[in-house]
Amino acid sequence: MNWTIAIPEIVLALLGMAILIFGVLRKQDSFHLCSMLTIGAFVVTAALLLGGDSGLGYHGQFQADPYALFVKLLVLAASALGIIISLDFNEHENLKRFEFPVLILYATIGMMVMASSSNLMSLYMGVELNSLAIYVLAAFARDDLRSSEAGLKYFVLGALASGLLLYGISLVYGFTGSTGFAQIASVLADPSKVSQGLVVGVVFMVCGLAFKVSAVPFHMWTPDVYEGAPTPVTAFMASAPKIAAMALFARVMTSPFGHLLAQWQSVLVLISIFSMILGAFAAMGQGNIKRLMAYSSIGHMGYLLVGLAAGTQIGLRGILVYMVSYVFTNAGMFACITGMRRGGRAVERIADLGGLSKTDPGMAAALTIFLFSMAGIPPFAGFIGKYFVFVAAVNSGLWTLAILGMAASAVSAFYYIRIIKVMYFDAAAPAFDARPASISIVAGLGAVFTTVFFIFPAGVISAAEAASKAIFG
Amino acid sequence: MTALGFPLLSLLTFLPLVGVAIILTLRGEEAAVASNARWTALWTSLVIFVLSLVLWQKFDRGNPGFQFVESVAWIPQMGLTYKMGVDGISVLFVLLSTLLTPLCILASWEAITTRVRDYMIAFLVLETMMIGSFCALDFLVFYMFFEGVLIPMYLIIGIWGGPRRVYSAFKFFLYTLAGSLLMLLALLAMWNYAGSTDVSVLMHTTFPPAMQTWLFLAFFASFAVKVPMWPVHTWLPDAHVEAPTAGSVILAGVLLKMGAYGFLRFSVPMLPQAAAEFAPLVFALSVIAVIYTSLVALAQKDMKKLIAYSSVAHMGIVTIGIFTFNAQGLSGALFQMLSHGVVAGALFLCVGVVYDRIHTREIVRYGGLAKRMPSYALVFMLFTMASIGLPGTAGFAGEILVLIGSFKVNIWLAFLGGTGMILGACYALYLYRRIIFGSLTHADLKMILDLSPREILIFAPLVVLTLWMGVYPSSFTDFFDATVGAMVDHHQAALAATTKLAGVLR
Repeated sequence: MNWTIAIPEIVLALLGMAILIFGVLRKQDSFHLCSMLTIGAFVVTAALLLGGDSGLGYHGQFQADPYALFVKLLVLAASALGIIISLDFNEHENLKRFEFPVLILYATIGMMVMASSSNLMSLYMGVELNSLAIYVLAAFARDDLRSSEAGLKYFVLGALASGLLLYGISLVYGFTGSTGFAQIASVLADPSKVSQGLVVGVVFMVCGLAFKVSAVPFHMWTPDVYEGAPTPVTAFMASAPKIAAMALFARVMTSPFGHLLAQWQSVLVLISIFSMILGAFAAMGQGNIKRLMAYSSIGHMGYLLVGLAAGTQIGLRGILVYMVSYVFTNAGMFACITGMRRGGRAVERIADLGGLSKTDPGMAAALTIFLFSMAGIPPFAGFIGKYFVFVAAVNSGLWTLAILGMAASAVSAFYYIRIIKVMYFDAAAPAFDARPASISIVAGLGAVFTTVFFIFPAGVISAAEAASKAIFG
Repeated sequence: MTALGFPLLSLLTFLPLVGVAIILTLRGEEAAVASNARWTALWTSLVIFVLSLVLWQKFDRGNPGFQFVESVAWIPQMGLTYKMGVDGISVLFVLLSTLLTPLCILASWEAITTRVRDYMIAFLVLETMMIGSFCALDFLVFYMFFEGVLIPMYLIIGIWGGPRRVYSAFKFFLYTLAGSLLMLLALLAMWNYAGSTDVSVLMHTTFPPAMQTWLFLAFFASFAVKVPMWPVHTWLPDAHVEAPTAGSVILAGVLLKMGAYGFLRFSVPMLPQAAAEFAPLVFALSVIAVIYTSLVALAQKDMKKLIAYSSVAHMGIVTIGIFTFNAQGLSGALFQMLSHGVVAGALFLCVGVVYDRIHTREIVRYGGLAKRMPSYALVFMLFTMASIGLPGTAGFAGEILVLIGSFKVNIWLAFLGGTGMILGACYALYLYRRIIFGSLTHADLKMILDLSPREILIFAPLVVLTLWMGVYPSSFTDFFDATVGAMVDHHQAALAATTKLAGVLR
């Protein structure tokens, strides 16, 4: 058995347990130390991943290929950035418990399993491991009513989505006689095997996965959970789990159900259009920046789904490039939001950013870069990502999707530049507390990456090319 | 690498960012930082201007193709290259941008007192974007610069603008963005069809007629907003009125030209059939723009708004010239773009001069300035005359060429286009009379001072240029004659090919 392909995950899980035990046994506060150890564990895992083998193992449950590698490295980076963002916030909000980084670590293992899954069983295992850890994280500020509500809401709705996913899986298993991706694909290669019941099963799976990426109409939980959860948790939820779920979504649709493109394409086109449009319009009226980011992320998932709806290798490549720009822009953006603190208290209204360009020009400049990037204004990274997904839509002849996507993009620019207006054109609100170094590091890294990505995109694009070819052969 | 041995165009494009980097490192007291930022920006832009004179010197006027070409692989997976180069159409706009930027920085010397450092950074970034979009020879590279302009301009209008600056900045940004996104889709469709976004490849790709129609409409959405053409011009008066003086100068002088440049570089050579098909529509919109906005200009109470509307009218002449597809019309359009860049820029500077002193742009608040400000009156008169198109000034050659070109197409087109020039004389002279002549009645005007040495320094090159372009236009038309000739031949060959094809099919 080819067990070595999962060494990075195994090592990460063991390190996670070690950190947990270390945290329990060490009597004094060890939040910072455990966070650093977790980041160290991520680095070790990344190194193992880069040197690891590829192949199929564990009776076809687990697969290591360039696609999984690409997604896992990105997930590790996003999780590490999420932990750095949490350092100062948790200190101030009395959330500095060593379980926090450990929960992120286990969520990350779940995401890595999702990226590598090659069977409906391992798919479900990965999704649940990831989700369970995040349910707890969302309710991590247990004395805060909003946080508890967010955790509960996410748990109930998440369980419902898992149910949908499982029901879909059972139907697919029933109609194809297998849970392995390769076996399902070979069964479905024969068009006569495609029955109504199977399509119903696939649609149920689409619903379950759409919930995980928070695409319309399964987005209802997103604004409340984003607003209620502690800001670093929101930052984490908006990046790593989203891209892992999207990567899984893309793999499931294109690999076992690749032959059913005609059946699922129209569903995904609709989900994508509605996500982009809702993301654009619903964010306009928001006064809370975390809530606004929730709608913004719904919109971004819509753009990612444009690439998936194309159903081609070009589309998959577009998704991967978009994810890279999304992770860094998002991390930087949330680092700035986490850094919004006045008189020791976290603030999260957009109006609190008033005149930030006078009180903290560096943070205002960084936020401006992130917002322009999210609006897809060149030369920032977000534009490159958008360009690559829309190339796929045009290439597949999905003109309605492309035109509506562009329209939504123009509309969403309104609320992004509105925040810039608040920072640059409005009268100054009282200054924020001094930024901690951890926030400045993430924001600076994000800003630099977002700005210079357009100069050297070739490396990321060839990696994405190789990764997408691993699925489309 | 170019014949010069160094990448001149990239240097011109990205040198402003070096200035930005220097300004970012400035530390110390606010007054000292402001002063250093001003000088750094001025010197950076002057160095760039001097460097750009190499283009004037070394540009081979007989060569219709691209010169100073640089090419570096950028995203090889998509066949995208970073490619820069200029031909007769673009070279003078690069020079116009490099000339206007130092003048704008000088014009903002005393007018901008808050956040000087940020202002200078925004202007230098703007210069990068302007030069880059005129030099880019890859469609996507062009798009990135073209869109990138929005960022500094949004901030310039929004931070240093007038009372309604927020509304204007949003309107400017969203109008332009909505148009540009459709162009991006057209760009993707072209890439998908031709497998490249290299301008010279796309120019020699024949797109199927049905596709051309859609592509043309998508381009039109972007460039017509930028020009701006009636009825999507409404962002322009707002943006002009609220922008600081230097912002208006760049807006009128260079940014509007980007729209017309887009027509010349992309729509007409790449989509010849669709361009010919849509020419009547463009003519109709342009004629409406010329007559309607001239009448609107006549009724304005705000100086800047008046000149903004006159810009729409003048750009209407430009679009008429472009879509005549003959050598006179195209040369006239190019010349008119250059002269309007200089003259409209100068007129906005003229408004800025009195605005800096009295802080109002309302026409009724002025009158009789000739007594206190004789040299101002003289300069203002010269530019008013140039705006009207008086022979011997910059405005004349372009308008007459466009008229000749449009006569060849349709006599009514020439007639209606010519009406705009008469109306132009009406509003321009009416404005001049109300501001400069009459008696000096307002108390605060009694102590108004004439042009300062700094202002004379700003106006001097523009005055020289206006007269030079009027007296000896050949020094400028020489640059684009060969390219325009090649463009006309290319266009006619493309149309002939379609007619032949239609004949075969019939």
